[in-house]
Amino acid sequence: MHAQWNDRESLIHPASAPDYLREEQLRALQLQRLRAITRHAYDHQRLFRERMDERGVAPEDIQTLEDVRKLPFTQKTDLRDTYPYGLFAVPMNEVVRLHASSGTTGKPIVVAYTDEDIEVWKEVMVRTFACAGLHSGDIIQNAYGYGLFTGGLGAHYGAEALGATVIPISGGNSERQIMVMRDFGSTAICSTPSYFLHLIEYAESMGIDFNDLPLRVGVFGAEPWSDEMREYIEGKTGIKAIDIYGLSEIIGPGVASACEAQEGLHIFEDHFLFEIVHPVTDEPMPDGEEGELIITTLSKKAMPVMRYRTHDITSIIPEKCACGRTIRRIQRIARRSDDMFIIRGVNVFPSQVEAALLKVEETLPHYQIVLTRSGGMDQMEVQVEVTAETFTDTVRGVEAVHKQLSDAIAHILGIRVKLTLVEPNTIERSMGKAKRVIDNRKS
Amino acid sequence: MKLKQLSVFLENKPGRLRELCALLAENNINIVTLSLADTEQFGILRLIVKEHDKAKALLEENGFVAKLTEVLAVEVPDQPGGLSKILEIEEESGVSVEYMYAFTIKSGENAVLLFRFDDMDKAVAALQKANLSILSSADLHQRAEG
Ligand SMILES: [Zn+2]
Repeated sequence: MHAQWNDRESLIHPASAPDYLREEQLRALQLQRLRAITRHAYDHQRLFRERMDERGVAPEDIQTLEDVRKLPFTQKTDLRDTYPYGLFAVPMNEVVRLHASSGTTGKPIVVAYTDEDIEVWKEVMVRTFACAGLHSGDIIQNAYGYGLFTGGLGAHYGAEALGATVIPISGGNSERQIMVMRDFGSTAICSTPSYFLHLIEYAESMGIDFNDLPLRVGVFGAEPWSDEMREYIEGKTGIKAIDIYGLSEIIGPGVASACEAQEGLHIFEDHFLFEIVHPVTDEPMPDGEEGELIITTLSKKAMPVMRYRTHDITSIIPEKCACGRTIRRIQRIARRSDDMFIIRGVNVFPSQVEAALLKVEETLPHYQIVLTRSGGMDQMEVQVEVTAETFTDTVRGVEAVHKQLSDAIAHILGIRVKLTLVEPNTIERSMGKAKRVIDNRKS
Repeated sequence: MKLKQLSVFLENKPGRLRELCALLAENNINIVTLSLADTEQFGILRLIVKEHDKAKALLEENGFVAKLTEVLAVEVPDQPGGLSKILEIEEESGVSVEYMYAFTIKSGENAVLLFRFDDMDKAVAALQKANLSILSSADLHQRAEG
């Protein structure tokens, strides 16, 4: 019995120890760090201090973990508005690294790390790789982009600290990726899931079967992907596809990671405090119930981010994980609160409509949600393009398709909404992607 | 024996039918006959044209959903009871009508009706047994061209 325990201990990388902390120890550590970071941010971040003062809240008011709710939220716009260095909380000579997000609109977001912050980042990435079942001896092909993007260097440092061998190949050049994977014997790859899908196709065209290669783990993140995609990747290549979660604003990759049990993602709660709130009322949501994920960095010195609104929708899984880690988990993130709207008191996500349409049709048809208001009542209409597959030439046949779609949506949303079948190509496509929600409600 | 009919999904929007007819006319596709089944929500336009494959491709290129289905053209004396006789024959053989419409051009003293039955082969057998005349594609187009 004792020997067994020792064997197990020896398998756990020392950096992963916090993943197995006892609940009381973990909460005590979180509170101690929350109080210290609140003090640090208050003393060194003007924006945070002004907002605290406005609310009449002082750092000393943080007496319990629940007291985090007294603190103001940080929005993504706050990071933009203070571009580039406005939220830095240490002098520049203590900042050892800068990263920046590629802002698709407007200014990018700049994030900073002290030496100590880099150590924390390394640690959470070691824990991420350990979650994925990787250890010293593994050969990790890092196909995340190196540069201002946090993915490349974040994974790189973590993989080295794990004791694995890193191949810093960066993204792109699919032929070289496949050649390196085969010739260097990579046992793991880090990339976005969509890039890996591309590699699967590319390997096929080269006549290479992933099942014949030593590759056994994929560490995929930086974009949302579905369970169906994971099953596809695993079925096609025989590897284990691990979902990781991170945000540049918080640290980069290494905020949460699926483990080998693949039931949700473990959150590295000793360094990040997670809250789930109602996306509209901001009320805390009980464990197991969905809401917007709010993250507070507990350890980051160069640029603490307090109560960051991620706009990602998830829920806390309070149950113990089969892998033995004691840190809690969140559900895979598949939706964002920005996309949510409320109709007749019900929260609706376009992804729910999508799921309903997919239940009826094999491939997702082009669709659009149109919101209108008449007589003080909000109306939701789902327009779905008819396809050659769904069109039958009898009125009864078309009406049956209409009813199936309408019923599937009502079943998922809990309310019945208007459904209109429209001719192909009538829903406008911009940049190849359809705009899903048209809100014509005028208040 | 069976005719190819082109069915097109139409939204109930003003001008859609006119646009479709204009498109076919511009491409020298002559509509032999048509019928529109419409509901509050949508319409299904059914067309008989000679060059159905060309018409289908043209409509699809222009963003319509079009489908080819088989129908039967049956010649009946243009007098009371002509239609009910056909319906009786089919009912007896357990076939039901999904939809039907009349051909716009008369064939002498006879009317031509177009039918879609749930079991097309059984329907053909029953009509043949009753000695009713089923028009071939060539017959129909010949009559249409007068
Ligand atoms: Zn686990």
